[in-house]
Amino acid sequence: MNISHSFKTAIIGLKTNKSRSILTILGIVIGITAIILVMSLGEGAQNLILSEVQSIGSKTIGVSPGRHPTGFSDVMSLFADSLKEKDLEVLGKKTNVPYAEKIIPIVFGSESVIYGNESYRATVYGVSPDFAGIYNIQPQQGRIFEDEEVKSKSDVAVLGYKVKDKLFGDSDALNEKIKIKGKNFRVIGVLPKKGQSAFVNFDDALIIPYTTAQQYIFGIKFYHRLVVEADSEKNVDQTADDIVATLRNSHDITDPEKDDFFVETQAGAMEQVSTITNILTLFLAAVAAISLLVGGVGIMNIMLVSVTERTREIGLRKALGAKSAEILWQFLLESITLTVLGGIIGITLGAFFSFLTALALSRFAGLDWKFIFPISAALLGLGVSAGVGLVFGLYPARQAAKKSPMEALRYE
Amino acid sequence: MAIPLIETRKLNKVYRDDLVETPALKDIDLSIDKGEFVAIMGPSGSGKSTLLHVLGFLDKYEEGEYLFEGKNTKEYSENELADIRNEKVGFIFQAFNLLPRTSVLENVKLPLLYSSVPKSKWEDIALEAIDAVGLSHRQDHEPAQLSGGEKQRVAIARALVNNPKVIFADEPTGNLDSKSGKIIMEILQRLNEDEKRTIILVTHETYTAEHAQRIIHILDGEIDKDYEVKKIRKASEDFEK
Repeated sequence: MNISHSFKTAIIGLKTNKSRSILTILGIVIGITAIILVMSLGEGAQNLILSEVQSIGSKTIGVSPGRHPTGFSDVMSLFADSLKEKDLEVLGKKTNVPYAEKIIPIVFGSESVIYGNESYRATVYGVSPDFAGIYNIQPQQGRIFEDEEVKSKSDVAVLGYKVKDKLFGDSDALNEKIKIKGKNFRVIGVLPKKGQSAFVNFDDALIIPYTTAQQYIFGIKFYHRLVVEADSEKNVDQTADDIVATLRNSHDITDPEKDDFFVETQAGAMEQVSTITNILTLFLAAVAAISLLVGGVGIMNIMLVSVTERTREIGLRKALGAKSAEILWQFLLESITLTVLGGIIGITLGAFFSFLTALALSRFAGLDWKFIFPISAALLGLGVSAGVGLVFGLYPARQAAKKSPMEALRYE
Repeated sequence: MAIPLIETRKLNKVYRDDLVETPALKDIDLSIDKGEFVAIMGPSGSGKSTLLHVLGFLDKYEEGEYLFEGKNTKEYSENELADIRNEKVGFIFQAFNLLPRTSVLENVKLPLLYSSVPKSKWEDIALEAIDAVGLSHRQDHEPAQLSGGEKQRVAIARALVNNPKVIFADEPTGNLDSKSGKIIMEILQRLNEDEKRTIILVTHETYTAEHAQRIIHILDGEIDKDYEVKKIRKASEDFEK
């Protein structure tokens, strides 16, 4: 048995039927290309989202009212009113949550902001001054409001970059009066251009004290969300547990099933993101794998034709002393060579297209999208294409191997 | 007395085609010694090619015994048969059966691929065989570039590379013009006389058969006549005429 010869024979066989070989591997090429593309983009998307999540800082813990969303019907629970001022107070006590450094309440909603004749629909965020530290934002002009202004429900506003641009254009916005729901606000700061960050688009935001927002804008007595920052990363889990215990106590809840709030740590969020993108990637890869299957059937078909066409050659080789196993390997190697070749082309094309996509996404969509060449997917692609060659080449190769020398030689 | 190279006892073979059974070989008893040059003759359909294929391990027989080098061949497995085809016998076909788009040298090397001969020796062995049939100047040509006679000489070279005990030739001159045919017969006679190789040839032409020392005549699957050729034709002398 001589592998290098069988390989050479395979190459010669494929070369003599060049266009047929190319058409045959097209299915494999498309399948592998699709898999590499999907896996590369999937990993890119995951990295992008994870880096966004990370940018909030790994010490933060989110507390939301309602149940942890498990389906579409739970989306409504976003508007549950279970987080109240009393909760803010108990969470603020060091005896309840010793490692909590900052606690910011958040209320938000979409509102029209009016300046002169200009109007723009912005997302109004009611927060406390600590949000600037947690979300790592500094105004490029003016300042952020202070605790005193929160207490006195002052009518001051910090504008996101885009909101300022839409309402004021190039002219100065500081100390100008804008109107939200008929109430005048004084602009005290403008944020720099930041882009989408951590699920909050600050460019599109208008930030005011949460007390003001609750009373004058939304007319509510509860919070949409609380964000707690622990003093260090290692205390995040402990703090999350403390928050849960404190809130259950405060809400008189004994059965965890009946919680009217839920707590999310960043690690949990990252895990969720990974799970979702992984499932999505797997699903898409499975769809791509179907084309591999179709490609494999194509390979089998062509190999059967090839075996029939070369019946006399098989007879001759057997007459000259080739064993059945050697004939089997010759044809198996031929189909494996075909599919691996298709696999290599597919991996190259897949990497190329995902590189182009990454380039386009970062260039035109302004996303911080990095091109990732998925080594694991490439190895998988090679393995799968070799496997397809092996599986779909086996039947034709066996057909070839079991021919008796004389019958094969007599074949016309 | 030395053991004959080939010996058959009541050898029988039947072709089955759905319901019809056609006896191809009936009670063949024959014995061929090492170094003999035997021609198997008979009209078409007589079973002469079938006999050659059975003796050359390309086809199976149903009943009787076939002893090769004194050993009963009935027990051989598929792989052992492949080894015998590779090491003990060389085959020459009427239709040449060369691999297309493959050089003369590579064609001649083909049996070596399936042998235990180390790869480093393949080239030399093949070149020597090509030289023996006088085609050294054609070694890089492909079959399509060769004449019929040259193709058959390549096939002879291919049959020689594994130094077989016996060469089976199935109508080797059947597709050739008379001049090319003479060259082939001359090579076969030389291999028999100079190198003492056993040669078994199938032909339907008396003229070709008379180059052998002995003629076995087959009719309807049975040995009809088996006789020594009184006046052996010398292919080398034919040329001089």
